Amino acid sequence: MNTPAPLAAEPAWPSPLREFCQAFARNRGALAALLLLALLVVCALLAPWLAPFDPAAQHRDFLLAPPAWLEGGQARFLLGTDELGRDLLSRLIFGARLSLLIGLASVALSLAPGVLLGLCAGFFPRLLGPAIMRLMDVMLALPALLLAVAVVAVLGPGLLNTVLAIAIVSLPAYVRLTRAAVLGELHRDYVTAARLAGAGRLRLMFVAVLPNCLAPLIVQATLGFSAAILDAAALGFLGLGVQPPTPEWGTMLASARDYIERAWWVVTLPGLAILGSVLAINLLGDGLRDALDPKLKNPD
Amino acid sequence: MSLLEIDNLSVRYGPADAPPVVDDLDLRLEAGEVLAIVGESGSGKSQALLALLGLVDPPGRVAAERLHFAGHDLLALGERQRRRLLGKELAMVFQDPLAALDPSYRVGFQLAEVLRQHLGLRGAAARRRALELLEQVEIPAAASRLDAYPHQLSGGMAQRVAIALAIAAEPRLLIADEPTTALDVTIQAQILELLLNLQREHGMALLLISHDLAVVAECASQVCVMYAGQAVEVGALPGLFDAPAHPYTEALLAALPEAGTARHPLRGLPGSVPGRHDRPAGCLLSPRCAYVQDDCRARRPPLDAKRQSRARCFHPRNQETP
Amino acid sequence: MLSFLARRLGLLIPTFLGVTLLTFALIRLIPGDPVEVMMGERRLDPQAHAEAMQRLGLDRPLHEQYLSYLGQLARGDLGQSLRTHESVWSEFASLFPATVELAGAALLFAAVLGLLAGVVAALKCGTPLDHGTMGLALTGYSMPIFWWALILIMFFSVGLGWTPVSGRLDLLYDVEPVTGFMLIDTLLSDEQGAFLDALRHLILPAIVLGTIPLAVIARMTRSSMLEVLHEDYIRAARARGLSPARLVFVHALRNALVPVLTVFGLQVGSLLSGAVLTETLFSWPGIGKWLIEAIGARDYPVVQNGILLIAALVVLVNVVVDILYGLANPRIRHRQ
Repeated sequence: MNTPAPLAAEPAWPSPLREFCQAFARNRGALAALLLLALLVVCALLAPWLAPFDPAAQHRDFLLAPPAWLEGGQARFLLGTDELGRDLLSRLIFGARLSLLIGLASVALSLAPGVLLGLCAGFFPRLLGPAIMRLMDVMLALPALLLAVAVVAVLGPGLLNTVLAIAIVSLPAYVRLTRAAVLGELHRDYVTAARLAGAGRLRLMFVAVLPNCLAPLIVQATLGFSAAILDAAALGFLGLGVQPPTPEWGTMLASARDYIERAWWVVTLPGLAILGSVLAINLLGDGLRDALDPKLKNPD
Repeated sequence: MSLLEIDNLSVRYGPADAPPVVDDLDLRLEAGEVLAIVGESGSGKSQALLALLGLVDPPGRVAAERLHFAGHDLLALGERQRRRLLGKELAMVFQDPLAALDPSYRVGFQLAEVLRQHLGLRGAAARRRALELLEQVEIPAAASRLDAYPHQLSGGMAQRVAIALAIAAEPRLLIADEPTTALDVTIQAQILELLLNLQREHGMALLLISHDLAVVAECASQVCVMYAGQAVEVGALPGLFDAPAHPYTEALLAALPEAGTARHPLRGLPGSVPGRHDRPAGCLLSPRCAYVQDDCRARRPPLDAKRQSRARCFHPRNQETP
Repeated sequence: MLSFLARRLGLLIPTFLGVTLLTFALIRLIPGDPVEVMMGERRLDPQAHAEAMQRLGLDRPLHEQYLSYLGQLARGDLGQSLRTHESVWSEFASLFPATVELAGAALLFAAVLGLLAGVVAALKCGTPLDHGTMGLALTGYSMPIFWWALILIMFFSVGLGWTPVSGRLDLLYDVEPVTGFMLIDTLLSDEQGAFLDALRHLILPAIVLGTIPLAVIARMTRSSMLEVLHEDYIRAARARGLSPARLVFVHALRNALVPVLTVFGLQVGSLLSGAVLTETLFSWPGIGKWLIEAIGARDYPVVQNGILLIAALVVLVNVVVDILYGLANPRIRHRQ
């Protein structure tokens, strides 16, 4: 008998990170979103140098000046001014800084405790788990905005309380997600193997199970980021969030209500800023989810 | 003219130079005959059947010199005509019975649907016929089963329902893709027997896919052995199993637990089936074949007609010396 | 089936109790003198203050206060508004139909258009129609709805003059509030043109409120349809020669709708959130506007029990959706 021919060399499979980047790069929408977000981050970081004016500076001679390309517009107020003569472009740029800050802070504040609670709920399913989940059910019984409004009603308006309120409201989503992911992973063979090898609960929680739950958490965090921006704007609009003259986009819209007929730019532009940012983040979240979801990868 | 004539069928996914999942398949099936297709997972058996029914969706592409069923050219068939054919003259039973039934509708509803579509039966007549069908497939308490949902049925029961759906319009050809693989061992024999009985009673041709050689030996008159998308041996039983020509067939038979000896209870082939990226230039079995020679590695052998069967091999085994 | 119902309803009670605890705690967390908070009056002289403390039970330990609060709720006593001195419950009951009408119209708009868009996008997956529809859905989902309302008002009410800016009905019309649903009441009344006027008032707020649910339903329907269309039973149904129309509408859609139903339920909570903003913007006299005004005016009995009522509503709707989901998905129903 002849010896069989040697098998072809094992094909090299790309590392998970590389696969993810490749999949992500194929999604043009997500790439565009990434660019827009980069622009926002630049605005946020370099606001004091990018903005042509101080956002709180009032130019009494130029109240409600139209944008530069319209009749009556000034070249130096590129996007016009608001009812107190403040340059809209500068306010929008500083607003980017605020929105990103609020988004990041509220996600950070709700992600960490949310994941912890979710892990506990999953690993202690007899008593602690149901208790935590009932608490989350109660929190979810109130619509998000109402709960945020209620928290702010108790704590008072302002930037810090806005962030706190949004963080509290977003908590249940992370707890539920983490718990569901944990419960899904607990039945898997690798967990049983780790248990048999003598891994303690803590080690199981953080080293074995948590890394495998990261994908949906990342997606939820991006969605939470965009929801935070929208909620903060809503609170600002209702007068319960960031207070004027701080240039939060929603707060800017609250005072713009009266100028629908006279000065459409005061109404349209801050809203477009919110829409653009949230859209970009949601596109990014979609792109992340598509890239991380193995089911959608090309069958090979 | 045979009932089923397949010449040079190939199925590809992706770009034109992608390796085919079904390559150069030839088959002939006469009316009332039982043909078995044998091969391991990934050999292309199921894809070939889907191509036959026209169920290969893009990015898959089907090409063939000839794909004829009962005189119809399946490649040139319009959608309407194909729908008239499928389920009526040509029917299929899938591997996982519960996956083949819509979970949201009762059994009776799904049976009535097929009866209305192909036989124009409605109302009480449809219900009667549905009941008859369930009795034909030997489902006990058939009347109550009509109102059951698929998830309320056991695997074996569900497969019987699937078979009932398939034979509802008395097709000329029934394709069964590993109909018993997903079922308990005890039920497997029953289902198989049912299929064979129905085949005999209705005079249907049966195209049976299986990886169970014992079953194949019992029911089929013809066998097609597939490997890595190609037919490597086609021929009549029992000759093919008694004296296999292709080394792969020989290896399959040798791998049966019954074929083992005290010293070598289980014999397998080293290596594994080539995937998309590591297809050899020569014979697809050459990396694993015990009898490989230089010409095997150089060129792909064609499916040649030899003495008792056709084998895709330059050096077929068990050939009587002329 | 009954056991399924019983289980679902059984979960209601602890959740509801939790909500009462939440609202109870919320009010007590508000900084400042509790008597002033509760009564809305300042600078009471010490004797009146002490009397009020006793009357309101604020001198008793917390758990006793909570129990008496629960007792009050059980009796149906939800307190009085500090501003109007009307019972909180009667104010809620009179304003509730307006919100239901708005939310109902919004949900109808969202469901019909959303399902349609989702099915079309799924069937035409990968085409520009698909990308366009989903792009629009994503945009709708990313918009701040108060801004969207302003834009629509700017365009349709101020610019084109097609729709009014606020309220439910023009002041010209005098309509008897029989059911509280303006569309029905105007039909019942004998005022000419009142129904159309009510419709014109309803249309813009309903579109604004329904935009986000529309986007969510469209996206969910599309992904659900795509998943179902690739299921084995659809392929098996194709192998039986069933027509495409039957495959899509009888088999695929039916199964695809099941996860979309859960989304429906979640949307109710989002609808109530949105109603708060929408009602404020369009001066629509519903419970959202009522609550916001109460918070601004520090009308705490209204805030506390208004939130309670809304939460109870959401919980109830979720239970109903769960039950409907069980009806729609036979496998859930029959599970032990």
